[in-house]
Parts: sequence; C-alpha cells; structure tokens
Amino acid sequence: MNKAEAIDVNLYYKDFQALKNINFSAEPNSVTALIGPSGCGKSTFLRLFNRMNDLIEGVRIEGQVLLDGENVHQKNIQVDALRKKVGMVFQKPNPFPKSIFENVAYGLRVDGIKDKHLIEERVIKSLKQSALWDEVKDKLKKSALELSGGQQQRLCIARALAIEPSLILMDEPASALDPISTAKIEELIYELKKEYTIIIVTHNMQQAGRVSDNTAFFYMGELIEYDTTKKIFTNPENFRTQNYVTGRFG
Amino acid sequence: MLKLRKVKEKIAEGILFSSSTITSITVILIIVFLFREGIGLFSEKPIDKNFVIAVNKSNPLNNLSSKQIKDIFNQDVTNWNKVGGIDDSIIVFTINSISLFLNENELGENFEYLPDKIDSLLDANPGMIAFISSKYKAAKFKGKEIPVDKITVAEFISGKEWYPTTEPVASLGILPLILGTLWVSIGAILIAVPFGLATAIFMAEVASPRLRNILKPIIELLASIPSVVYGFFGLVVLVPLIQQLFKLDVGETALAGSIILGIMALPTIISVSEDAMQTTPRSLKEASLALGANKWQTIRRVIIPYSKSGITAGVILGIGRAVGETMAVLMVTGNAGVIPHTFLQPVRTIPATIAAELGEAPFGGLHYKALFALAIVLFIITFAINLTVEFIKKRKPKNA
Repeated sequence: MNKAEAIDVNLYYKDFQALKNINFSAEPNSVTALIGPSGCGKSTFLRLFNRMNDLIEGVRIEGQVLLDGENVHQKNIQVDALRKKVGMVFQKPNPFPKSIFENVAYGLRVDGIKDKHLIEERVIKSLKQSALWDEVKDKLKKSALELSGGQQQRLCIARALAIEPSLILMDEPASALDPISTAKIEELIYELKKEYTIIIVTHNMQQAGRVSDNTAFFYMGELIEYDTTKKIFTNPENFRTQNYVTGRFG
Repeated sequence: MLKLRKVKEKIAEGILFSSSTITSITVILIIVFLFREGIGLFSEKPIDKNFVIAVNKSNPLNNLSSKQIKDIFNQDVTNWNKVGGIDDSIIVFTINSISLFLNENELGENFEYLPDKIDSLLDANPGMIAFISSKYKAAKFKGKEIPVDKITVAEFISGKEWYPTTEPVASLGILPLILGTLWVSIGAILIAVPFGLATAIFMAEVASPRLRNILKPIIELLASIPSVVYGFFGLVVLVPLIQQLFKLDVGETALAGSIILGIMALPTIISVSEDAMQTTPRSLKEASLALGANKWQTIRRVIIPYSKSGITAGVILGIGRAVGETMAVLMVTGNAGVIPHTFLQPVRTIPATIAAELGEAPFGGLHYKALFALAIVLFIITFAINLTVEFIKKRKPKNA
C-alpha cells in the first residue's frame, strides 16, 4: 500500500482554485520531490497530508487525501492525532525559544508522555538520527536559539522524528541555509528514507535531482508530470517539465 | 529660495527642541516641587509651631516622645511614673479645659492676665503638664518647656495612626494608608489578571477575526470612561451589593475598591498582553500544531511563554494605573485610616487621602507637608513599578 495518496483532489482558496484534480501517490521508504515555479500549489499540496491548510480561512477541499489508506479529511478524524503521524519541517528553521532538549521533547510532552526515561531515550535517538547529537550532546539544556541556522534546521528535523511519524513532509527545508548546511540536510534525507517516507518541496533542481527517487512537477495548480526523478530530469514527457528542469523558466 | 528653506528648517528644529525642553523641564520642576514641599516634613515637629508643651520646673523629666505626649493628653497615661517620672498623678491643662482651673473674671477683659495665670497655675501644680499657645506664655516663664522630637522617616512610614490634625501632637503614621493602597491594589490584581489574561487569550487566539474586531473597540472604550463614572457606578451599584451580599454595616470596603480598580486595569492588561501574544511568530504556532499539539497546548506551551514579558508588562502597567488611581477609590473604599485585616473593611489609600485632605490642609503647614511627603511615597511606588516594566520589556525573547 502507498503511504500517501491523493485521489482527484481539488483545493479552492475562496474563489481561486489552487489545486486542480491531483492524483498522486508516494511510495513507502522513498523520497518524492515536488517541484515547480512559485505559486504552483506544491506547498499547498504538501500541507494537505497533515491538514495544515486548515489554518487558512476559506479553504475548501474536494477529493480524497489518504494516509496509510485512511482519508485524512473525513469528518471523524482527529487532526492532532493525524499530525502526530506526520512530521513536518518548515522552510525557515523554527525552533521554540526553549532548550535543545525541550524542543525535541515537545511532541512527546503534548502527546501526554510523562515517562522521563522514554522521553530522554527518544530525544537522544532523534538527535542521533538527525546527525546533531555529537554537536549538541554537551549542551542539551542550552537554548535552541544559540544554534546555527543549519543546526537549528536539523534540530527541527529531530523534533519531527521524535514523534515517530510515518511520513515526513519537508517544505523547502534547505532554502534558508548555506551550502554546507544544505549538504548536511541532503545527506540526512538520504539516510532517513531507509526508515521513513519523505515528501519534499524544493525550488532547487539540483537538490531534487540529488535526493529524490521520484519527482512531481506542478504548474498552475496542476500536476503536470510525475515519474522517477531520473526520467523527469533526463527525458520528461511534457514540454513544460522540460522547460522548467532545464531552467528555461522558473 | 534655498536660504529660505534652510531658515524654515532651523525654525522647525527650534520649535521641536524648545517643546521637548519645556516638557522635560516641567516634569523635573514638578518632581522638584514635590520633594521640596514633602521633605520639609522631616525637619518639622509634629506640633503646631505656635504652641508649646510645658511642665512644672520641679518635674525631673526633660523630654517626652510624641507617643508619650499623645498618651498623656488622651489620658491613657495618668501617672508620671508610667513615662519615667516620679510617682505623681498627671494634671492635663489645655486652653479648652481652662474653665476647670480658672474663672473668666480672673482672666481680664481681653485675657490680658491669662499668661500670668497659666504661669502661676503651672508653678503651683508639680504634676501639671500644659499645652499652650506661645502667645500665652508669660514673659518670665517659670515652667519648663518640653521639646518635641522631630518627625522621623521611620515613624512616618511605620506609624500606625493617621490623625494629622489632632492636638497637641499630630499622628502622622502612613502605614495604614500604604497597606490600604496595597490591599486595594493586590485585590485589583487578583481580579484583573485572570479576567484580563483570559480575555487577551480569547481575543488573540480563539475569537474569529470578526468577533475580535467587535471586542477590541469595546475594551478600548472601557479605558476611555472617566474614573469618576467608575466611582459613581461603584457607589450606586457595587457598594450596596457588597453590603447585602456579606451582610455588612457599610458596603464601602477594600473589596469594592479592588473590583472597581480591577475593571479599570482590565483594558491595559488586555490590550498590552493581547498585542504581545499577537507577535508570536506564525512559524512557531505552526511548528507546535504540526507536532500534534492542539490549540490549547499551543497557547500554553508556545504562545504564553513567548509573550511572557509582554504579558507581565501589561499586568504591571495595569497595576500602576490601579495604585495611582484616586477618584473611583475615594468614592467606594470608605476612607477609614485603619490597618485593614480583611477585604470587607473600609480602607484609605494614599491618593485618596491626598485628594480628600489637601483642600483642608493650611498652606505650608504640618498637614500640608505631610500630604506632600505622602505624595513622595506614592511617586516612589509608581516610579518603581514603571522601572520594572521597562526592565521586563527589555528582556524580550530573541526572535526565532
């Protein structure tokens, strides 16, 4: 079964249709890149899977968005429970103004977990998974805001991993980072896909080419082409895809 | 043309500069005036300048404290041995009790014999203490004057009685007034903070934008109601209600003052803390929600900690308003200058005391100076509160 699926999805923002009849599915333990010019709807599409679009007023959704076979938009679903199954990493690093430890423990605490050992274990595990452990193990009590931008973003990844999600959404996670930090994040994504399913929005063609297995090209709210990354970048079917990946517009 | 423009700029600059200079100087002058009038109290004796206290010259005592003098003239102490003297009963003489000792004929038509009569009366009674006007003090006074101690800051702050016009010695203890102010203010905080924060949270995070747009002007309207209107409302509605509810003799209590002040502090607390909560970055809220936190967890764990300093500043600003508020409090607290033990007692606050008594205090007199000293105390309290706000505001969290 596919981890994340969209069937005939339309999304309207008031009168504006931001997503048009999208059909999509992400394979388990793979990285799927969503590419396309600004305003093409790729971030909006990403946010469907953990219902972050709920925060925007006037959004109307048609069709089915499935996570592990379950429609996330059906009425009786608990949104906070759904979000615990989906980790999200945002464009700009957004650690809480709390300690490094508390940042990672946040999702566990709001889940009502009180067991100190369990929390500590998970925090350490997540920090190791996000390749941050060696850099922060001596200063877990320090404020997360003292970390560099790249470290903060890896902390945000650790924070998302701590709730043990089955799907990780990344919304241009490296766009605010320097090349070295970006390389670290990309390496991390490559490691993480062994255990997680990842959907990543990116503006950076090279990045999509480096980290993803499959790539979906969005244009004006439509999913123009969806195939293996290799195919999209070397031999796309659609001329728009071709123009975009070769940098003729963007 | 260019020159004209330069002249205009110079003039504009001059106007701005002089306005700010005038403002600053005015503020400084007011503070200087306040201190000049008030500090003088501590070089004064708590007795009218034109009066003296005297005893028989055989009396071994050379000085008495203000309290001892008060006790003697209130006849709480009736034997000299209670105040460190010999075992002899005290005879109190004041001009009001003159008929007990002398008849009118002896004094002469224009009281011209009064000084001598008083002098011989005092000389004849070894146990007598007299409180007399200096103008009735005989030229060759045979009695012994008892000096009265100057008022000290410690006495002023810690004195438990505020009777600024009693004779012979005024009681200028402001502890009941300080405590009255604190009680009313603390009560106001206890009432205003929970309601204010709840409203601020509701407006910032829960209410729909439409509802918020309705609520916000209403709350701002609350700040523009004149305080006398609050006082009137308190007097007519709140005071009788409290009286009935708690079956009291009088409804004018610290509680009434606290409620009115709490309502008056609400707009400040609400708008400042709401603004603070509004500044929580959207990215932090999203991060919290994306980790599975619900709205309430996000408010408690992210928004409130993030805006803590703003909320505190709002609360303290609200208190600052409550501490200095005069009119409404004057109208509903009953103004009894006693140390309060419960919220259901009448109290008297510092600003209310000043407002109520300054009109009756003779210019430059003891009472007048005491009220200014009281104003200094109030100024120090509110100044400290404002400093605290500035300090807390500077401690803003770094942006994530």
